[in-house]
Amino acid sequence: MYEFDYHRPDSLAGAIALRSGAADGTYLAGGMTLLPTLKQRLASPSDLIDLSAVPDLTGVTVAGGMVTIGAMTRHAQVAASDAVKSAIPALGYLAGQIGDAQVRNRGTMGGSVANSDPSADYPAAVIGLGATIHTDHRQIAAEGYFKDLFETALEPGELIRSIAFPVPRRAAYRKFPNPASRYAVVGVFVAQFDAGIRVGVTGAGPCAFRARSIEAALGRRLDPAAVDDAEIDFSRFNTDRHASAEYRGALVRVMARRAVEAMLASG
Amino acid sequence: MSETGIGKSVKRREDIRFITGQGRYTDDINQPGQTIAVFLRSPHPRARIVSIDASEALAIPGVVGVFTGKDLAADKIGDIPCGWLVKSSDGTDMLVASRPPLAVELVNFVGETYGVVIAETLAGARAGAEAVITDFGELEPAAVLADALDGPQIHANVPRNLCFHWELGDGPATDAAFAGAAHVTRLDLTNNRLIPNAMEPRAAVATYDRSTEEFTLYTTSQNPHLERLILSAFVGLAPEHKLRVISPDVGGGFGSKIFVYPEETAVAWAAKRVGRPVKWTADRSEAFLSDAHGRDHITTAELAIDADGVFLGFRVRTRANLGAYLSTFASSVPTYLYGTLLAGQYRTPAIHVAVDGVYTNTAPVDAYRGAGRPEATYVIERIVETAARELKIDPAELRRRNFIQPDQFPYQTPVALIYDTGDYGASLDKALAMIDYAGFPARRAASEAQGFKRGIGFSCYIEACGLAPSQLAIQLGAGVGLYESGEVRVNPTASVTVFTGSHSHGQGHETTFAQIVSDRLGIPFESVEIVHGDTGRVEFGLGTYGSRSVAVGGSALIKATDKIIVKGKRIAAHMLEAAPEDVDFEEGIFAVRATNRKLSFGEVAFAAYVPANFPEDLEPGLSEKSFYDPKNFTFPAGTHIAEVEIDPQTGVVRVANFVAVDDFGEVINPMIVEGQVHGGIAQGIGQALLEHGVYDQMGQLVTGSFMDYCMPRADDLPSFSVDTTVTACTHNPLGVKGCGEAGAIGSPPAIINAVTDALNIRDIAMPASPEKVWRAANGL
Repeated sequence: MYEFDYHRPDSLAGAIALRSGAADGTYLAGGMTLLPTLKQRLASPSDLIDLSAVPDLTGVTVAGGMVTIGAMTRHAQVAASDAVKSAIPALGYLAGQIGDAQVRNRGTMGGSVANSDPSADYPAAVIGLGATIHTDHRQIAAEGYFKDLFETALEPGELIRSIAFPVPRRAAYRKFPNPASRYAVVGVFVAQFDAGIRVGVTGAGPCAFRARSIEAALGRRLDPAAVDDAEIDFSRFNTDRHASAEYRGALVRVMARRAVEAMLASG
Repeated sequence: MSETGIGKSVKRREDIRFITGQGRYTDDINQPGQTIAVFLRSPHPRARIVSIDASEALAIPGVVGVFTGKDLAADKIGDIPCGWLVKSSDGTDMLVASRPPLAVELVNFVGETYGVVIAETLAGARAGAEAVITDFGELEPAAVLADALDGPQIHANVPRNLCFHWELGDGPATDAAFAGAAHVTRLDLTNNRLIPNAMEPRAAVATYDRSTEEFTLYTTSQNPHLERLILSAFVGLAPEHKLRVISPDVGGGFGSKIFVYPEETAVAWAAKRVGRPVKWTADRSEAFLSDAHGRDHITTAELAIDADGVFLGFRVRTRANLGAYLSTFASSVPTYLYGTLLAGQYRTPAIHVAVDGVYTNTAPVDAYRGAGRPEATYVIERIVETAARELKIDPAELRRRNFIQPDQFPYQTPVALIYDTGDYGASLDKALAMIDYAGFPARRAASEAQGFKRGIGFSCYIEACGLAPSQLAIQLGAGVGLYESGEVRVNPTASVTVFTGSHSHGQGHETTFAQIVSDRLGIPFESVEIVHGDTGRVEFGLGTYGSRSVAVGGSALIKATDKIIVKGKRIAAHMLEAAPEDVDFEEGIFAVRATNRKLSFGEVAFAAYVPANFPEDLEPGLSEKSFYDPKNFTFPAGTHIAEVEIDPQTGVVRVANFVAVDDFGEVINPMIVEGQVHGGIAQGIGQALLEHGVYDQMGQLVTGSFMDYCMPRADDLPSFSVDTTVTACTHNPLGVKGCGEAGAIGSPPAIINAVTDALNIRDIAMPASPEKVWRAANGL
C-alpha cells in the first residue's frame, strides 16, 4: 500500500468537497475491491474519503411501490432487512448469497454497483428490477447504467447515494457460483411486474444485461420450460479458465429456468 | 486403563492455546532492532539478469541494504542442495542444476528470488523493492511438462531438461507377462499440479550475536535439525554449533515446510551482514509462487490380465515435473516414494516402471501430503477400476481376486518393498457394508428419477510410511538417515519433560506423545510435557513428514522410556534391597515380586536425585535418550469408496457419500486419527474436484490466488463415514503404522472412479471441475 491521506467526513457535502480538493481522491465504501487493489500497490490515490460516517447513505425505506436502499448499506443488512424480505424477498436472498460472511458485513450495495464487476450479484437485480440509480446530482435508469467491463454511466467523481428498486409482483434470483471465489459465473434475476417479465443477467457478459429473448419467451408462456425456447447468443460472453462462453450460455439457460421455478413457487 | 492412556480420545491440549489466539508462530516473534526483508522476485519464467541498479532504492529513507546473489556468493554462501541422489537407469547420477539462494545470472521461474531489500519497515522494504531497476534479457521458457523434453534447454548441464531417467522392476518379465495376457487395459492419466497453501505462510526471523558468533533462526520448518544441518554443511552459513534453528508453533505444512528455501537462508545471512535482526513473512501471493508445489505427473499405464481376471503384469511410464530446480527431496518423490508403491494391494507378479524427471520453468515440485504415494495409488486404482469395467467384473470382486492374502505376509513385491502385514479383504468388506453397496442400484435409480447421474468408485490403497531404515535410504541415495531421537527427562518431583526430534505443525504430538509416555510410566498425563522444534533444546531430529512421527518418533520415546524403567528398577532394587531382576514395574509401581515391598514412580524419581547410599555403579539421575532406526517401512492400507451425484445441467459434482476404512495398526488417539483422516480426505477431494495449479504456455502462474485456486471448503464435502481395521505393525514397539497422509492418498481415485462411473466415460482429468463434467455429461 502506498501512503495516502485518510478522511472520514460526516456530511455528503464534506465528502464531495474533500474529493474535489484532492489531487487524486477516491471514495471508500466497503473496500472489497479498492483495498486489495491498494494492498497490491496497483492504485495510489492521494486521498481516501471514507463514506461510512456520512448520514443518510445507509438504510432501507419502502414507499410508493419502491424499495430504496442507501449506497452504504452492507450486504448483510440488506439480507437481514425485514422491509426487503417482505417487499422483494428475492433481493434479500441475493444479498445473502454474496461472497462470504466477511464480505457481506463489509461490502456495500453502492460499492458493488459503482464498480460494475462483471461477476457481481447486485447488477442482476438492478437490471432485473429496472432500478434507478440516485447519484449526488441526478438519476440514472438501469438500462443505461452498466456500460462495459468495470464501466458505468457514472462520471468521474459522481457518487451513488441510493438505489431505488420497483417492487415486483414476485421475483427470484439463481446463481452459479465460481467454486473458488464464489462470485457469480452466471446469475439470473427474474421479476414479474404488471407490465411484464424482466430478466437481468450477471456474470455472463462484460457487464450485466437484460436477456430480452428470455423475457419474450416468458412473456409468451410463464413456465420454466419456456426458457428453452429463447435464443441465447453467447458469442460475446466471457471466457476464462473457469468457464467458456459456451458453458456460460448453457448456465444462463439453466439459472433462468431455476429462477422461474423459484419465482413461481414463491406464490 | 486410565482415561488418558494409549487408545483414548484425549482432547488435544495444544488446542487451548491455538483456539484462544495464544499460539506463538514465527510471525509473532519480534526481536529488538529488527529490520524487515522483502524479496526481489522474477516476473519472468526464464531470463538473464543483465543488471540490477539499487541506487534509487538505497536512497529511500529507511532502506538498510539491498543485496543480490553476488553478495551471497562473495560470502561463500553455497547452493541450496537436493538431499536425495537418484541414479538414472544407465547408472549415471541425476543432473543437478545449481540453485543459489538468490539467482545470480539466470532466473528460471516466476517468483524466483534474485535479491533482497532490508529496511526499517515493511512499507520501506516494499518501496525499496519497487525502486530497484532490474534489466532482464527474456528467454523462451520451457513451461509445459508435456513439451519440456523438446523445449528450450533450461540448465547448461542438463540436455533435454532431463534430470534423470529412473527405472524399477523387471522389464523383460513384464514384457513376457503382456505377451501372454488375455486382456490388456491401457490408460493415459495426468496427476494435477497442486499448491499446498498451509494456513500459515512461510516466515523467518534471524538474529546474529557478534559476541558469540551465533545465529538464531526462527522459521516455519517441519524439521529444524535438518534445516540446521543443510545450512551448515552445504550452504555454509555457520557451523552447526553456532546455529540454532527454532520452529515454534507452525500452522500447517503438508510437506511444503520440510524443505530448505532461499528466503530463510538469505534472511539469516543478512542478519549478520546488516548487524541487526531480519524478519520476513511471506504474503499469500508469495506462497503461491514460491512454496514447493506438489504432484504434476503425466502417465501411461498398462495392466496385463489373464482370462480369469488375475493380474499378470503392470507397466508404467511417467513424466514427472520437477520444476526449475530440485527442492530438498524432489528427486525421491516420483521415484522411491512412487515406483515402489506400484504393486498396491495386489499380487501382480511382474511390474516395471520408468520415470523421466523433467525440469520446467515453474516453481520447484516436491513432497506434498502423500508425496508419490497418491500418484501411485491414482495410477493403480484408476486402471484396476477401468479393467473391471472392460472385463465386466464387479470392481470389488476384481480387487478381491488379486489381493495379497493375509497368510502371504511378509510379502515381497516386485518393486522392492516387503509388506509386513495387512488384511485388505477385511477393509474392503467393512467399507462395502458401510456404504451399503447392495443398495447402490436403488440409490442410482432414485437419483436418475430426479435428473441426476450417480456413480460409485473404489480405491484400495496402500502406502509406505515411517521412512525408513536408514541403511536402505542411504543406499538408495538419501543424504540423511531416517531414524528419530527421543529423550525422557524425569524431574526430581516425577514430572517428565520429553524431547522429541519429531515436529508438530498441527498433528497434536503434544497430546499423543504425552499419552504414550504417561501410559508407559503409569503417571498422570498432565505430568508430561513435550518439547520439540528447537535445535537448542532437542538433541537431534529428522522432523515430521511421511506419516513418520508416531511410528518412528514415538518408537524412540518408547525406547527411552524403557530405559527409564530399567534404571528405575535398579534404583528401586537398591532401595528395597532386592535384585533388579526381581523388581516388576506396572502402572507406576515398582514392586519386588512375590512380596509387599514396593515404591511409587515418584519415590524412585526423588531418590534418583537424592541418592542416599547409591552403590558406585549406580549413577544418580533419571534421564535417558535413544535413537530409533526403523527396521522397515510401515504399510497403512485401506479402502475408500465414494458415491457422487452429478447435475448434468451444470456439471456440479456432489460427493453424496464417502466411506474410509483404514488399517493404521494400533491407534494411540482415535479422535486425532479421525481428524487426520478427515483432513486428508478433504485434500484428496480438493485434488479430484477443485484444486489445480496452472501455468500458461508463457510460464505465468494463472492460479496465483484463492480467487482462481479453489481450496476445498466445508460445504464442498459430505459428512465422512470413517472406521478402522487393525493389523498391528510387526516391527515397531507400538504396532503403529501412521495416518497422516492416507486420506489424501486413497480418496482421489475413489472420487474419479465414481465420476467416470456416473458419466459412463473412461477418464476425466483432475480436477473434475464443473465445465469439464458438464461437457462430458452432454457429450460435448
